[in-house]
Amino acid sequence: MSDNKRWVRIASCDAVPPREGRAAMIDQREIAIFNLGDRFLAVDNRCPHQGGPLCDGIVAGGSVVCPLHAWKVNLETGEVSRPANHNDCVRTYATRVEGGVISIEA
Amino acid sequence: MKKLVVVGNGMAGVGCVEQILRHAPAFDITILGEETHVNYNRILLSSVLAGEKPADEITLNPLEWYWRNKIRLRVGARAVDVDADLKVVMTEDGEVTSFDTLLLATGSSALMPPIEGIEKDGVFAFRTLDDTRALLERAKPGVKAVVIGGGLLGLEAARGLQVQGCDVTVVHLMDSLMERQLDTLGSFYLRAKMESLGIRVLLAHSTKKILGEKKVQAVAFVDGTRVDADLVVVAAGIRPNTDLARRAGLLVNRGIVVNDYMETSHPDIFAVGECVEHNGICYGLVAPLIEQGKVLAATMTGNKGPTYTGTVQAAKLKIMGVDVFSAGAWTDGAGVEAVRFEDPALGIYKKLVLRDGRLAGVILVGDTSDSHRYMDWLRSQADLTGQRRHLLFPPAGEDAGLDIAQMSENATICGCVGVTKGAIISAIHDRGINTLSQLKEATRAGTGCGSCTSLCQDVLRAVAPDFQEDGRRVLCGCVPFAQDNLREILRSQRLKSVQDVLDIYGNGEGCEICKPALSYMLDMLWCGDHDEDRSARFINDRVHANIQKDGTFSVIPRIRGGVTTPAELRRIADVAEKYQVPMVKITGSQRIDLLGVRKEDLPKVWADLGMPSGQAYTKGVRMVKTCVGTEFCRFGTQDSTSAGIEMERRFENLFTPHKVKMAAVGCPRNCAEATVKDIGLVGQEGGWQVVVGGAAGKSVRRADLLITVETTESALEAAELFFQYYREHGNYLERTYDFVERIGIDKVRKDTVYAPEPARLALLDRLRKSKNASYDAWQEGRSPVNRTQFIPLHPIEPVQDLTA
Repeated sequence: MSDNKRWVRIASCDAVPPREGRAAMIDQREIAIFNLGDRFLAVDNRCPHQGGPLCDGIVAGGSVVCPLHAWKVNLETGEVSRPANHNDCVRTYATRVEGGVISIEA
Repeated sequence: MKKLVVVGNGMAGVGCVEQILRHAPAFDITILGEETHVNYNRILLSSVLAGEKPADEITLNPLEWYWRNKIRLRVGARAVDVDADLKVVMTEDGEVTSFDTLLLATGSSALMPPIEGIEKDGVFAFRTLDDTRALLERAKPGVKAVVIGGGLLGLEAARGLQVQGCDVTVVHLMDSLMERQLDTLGSFYLRAKMESLGIRVLLAHSTKKILGEKKVQAVAFVDGTRVDADLVVVAAGIRPNTDLARRAGLLVNRGIVVNDYMETSHPDIFAVGECVEHNGICYGLVAPLIEQGKVLAATMTGNKGPTYTGTVQAAKLKIMGVDVFSAGAWTDGAGVEAVRFEDPALGIYKKLVLRDGRLAGVILVGDTSDSHRYMDWLRSQADLTGQRRHLLFPPAGEDAGLDIAQMSENATICGCVGVTKGAIISAIHDRGINTLSQLKEATRAGTGCGSCTSLCQDVLRAVAPDFQEDGRRVLCGCVPFAQDNLREILRSQRLKSVQDVLDIYGNGEGCEICKPALSYMLDMLWCGDHDEDRSARFINDRVHANIQKDGTFSVIPRIRGGVTTPAELRRIADVAEKYQVPMVKITGSQRIDLLGVRKEDLPKVWADLGMPSGQAYTKGVRMVKTCVGTEFCRFGTQDSTSAGIEMERRFENLFTPHKVKMAAVGCPRNCAEATVKDIGLVGQEGGWQVVVGGAAGKSVRRADLLITVETTESALEAAELFFQYYREHGNYLERTYDFVERIGIDKVRKDTVYAPEPARLALLDRLRKSKNASYDAWQEGRSPVNRTQFIPLHPIEPVQDLTA
């Protein structure tokens, strides 16, 4: 798997304001990247419920709330924490910041 | 049956009576209470002062409870003497009550130090519901308040007064706050937190004199300095009430001396609560007195056996956003090890003191989330040798203190009343409990300091098949205040950013419920002069369009009064074609909706339309629907089109607690349905009726008449008054039809159109200020608030497709 991954430089840090998300288009994929103030987290930009754009959600601590039907997704683990007892998960991506530029391992 | 007289109608006395009632009936009970209230939760007085709870919500035993249990209650009856030989109690009103058994639960009184001038008007104790009410009368924005005493109660009083808008100084005799619960470093962190909330703290200040003619004007200190004061609260400690016990000839030291069976030196006289001294200790917290009550009830009802062996003292400061917890013996010294953690940036300090590998004491400042875990370790005296690496932080993936599923059945949930997780679960199963209030009623869990409420709810959520939240009055779990209270807090504390509110009054994180609500409140309170934080807004208010199920947006330009022009219509048609808008729809609000626009196209679409935002995506001013009125209609009596367009101009771009839909009609035929709108102008011969609070959505409600006026200008002004009043007093997400029903149309009229002129002018002035600060949100298409507001990110360098 790791052969298929590489670090992709996306944008300077100020492109994602604190506690907001933005969609990043890499290949055919859409990844939502969030600025949590002290770190950036990235997940697939599709809510497991009905595909809502997670990047447009309100950040609540380490989670994001989907703007369509308020499903809550943990940005660290990709797990759905609301509704409870849901096994759906969104894919998470590693991020890093170098020289003021955010990269995603995708 | 034997006659039992209980002196004291507080938490200890009534708590013990509750326990007595669990045994076989043994007594005919009379309770004498000095205060004029039924038994209430004294611990929550600080919550009442801080406006978090109304006074009537802290009642523990309503009158009906006394009746049901056939208890004679005499309130306002101060007992002044006891004759232990004749077995009678005398009350101040001259009544003599005889007893077979007497229970003294006289509690304690506020200690009023012999300071010169302490009798002046404006000096209060903070001990009873009456004290609290008197304080609330005086505590107004701008009032200068001095709290003498930097202990638990003093700090809670200080914060309560500050939330009411007072300018507060805490004066403490010692050189560190809460020195009985905290070590020097812990106090240091607490002081920093209090000061960051805007409360002034003066340590090592000995009060010499309270100055003022009849009313308090200032407090003077021994060192010669002074502080101005309109209000002084004395919270310098408590003193057990032992006069009656002395008169009855009981053995009294500092408190009434009791043994492990809770017996006094007299066989027929018992005592419980803050007035007693057990093993040399007088307790001033709720958990011990409940434990004592259980033991005493057994002793008194002929089931002598259980013993009281003292309580691990634990104290929690009940100030929102100031987390302080202290329990057990936390002093350093020979034979103990202290484990510490501190982080000045986060304001967190933790100290655990271990003796022989077991927890002896704990101090937590800034983060008390693990207090339950530590209390369990203290009570169980578990051997912690195996957990040495995880003393301060639970192992990864394990939130030991808070995860309800991981707590054992024996773990205590409510430390005050002593209710275990197992007891709560059996109560839920056995009695079919499914609300928090039922659980409180049945088990008394959560009726002490209330800090276990969320744990109780967790158990209910996990176990009760049909768990129902009690009527939720608070905004949300992140910022647990009622909205009207919150508005006052934001105003008096001059808070201007959502994150500040969350940091100081909430959990620091916020959620999709509180963030937009707080954003609205701040915008309204500061008339647009707040720190706008787009991350706290719903996506619609970040990109000024309505998100659709596929993630695209709908665009509705403003068409005031539903009146448009051929040129506008042509531009709309061109835009629809140019951006291949999948659907163009005439809305129910006399406007045109372009559905299915991509986020990145929004700025271009707006620019090509050349029309302002119709705010169809937000909790704000939607539209004014109009009929053609006198312009064309042969029945029209008023120019409703012009009036409607003018009303829309005056309100557009403003935000409201929920959406506001309006209409203006030229005659009572009501073609534009003004009587089912949030605000409606109904033209009639010689004037207008202004109606408010109508609805034709999920519910249908005919609007109430606000006022009938003669001129269009008066009608518009009445609408403005109501509009601003709703903005200021409506709860976020409360439509006008719920708002008008909640407040009552009579009060709405009195506070708006029939208010005294200064009040009316003030409402209009604040509306004007907000209006001046408002702007057409679609201007952000040309000058976005940040460069990526509407656009997705793309990799800086081209990306090779590795899958190829």
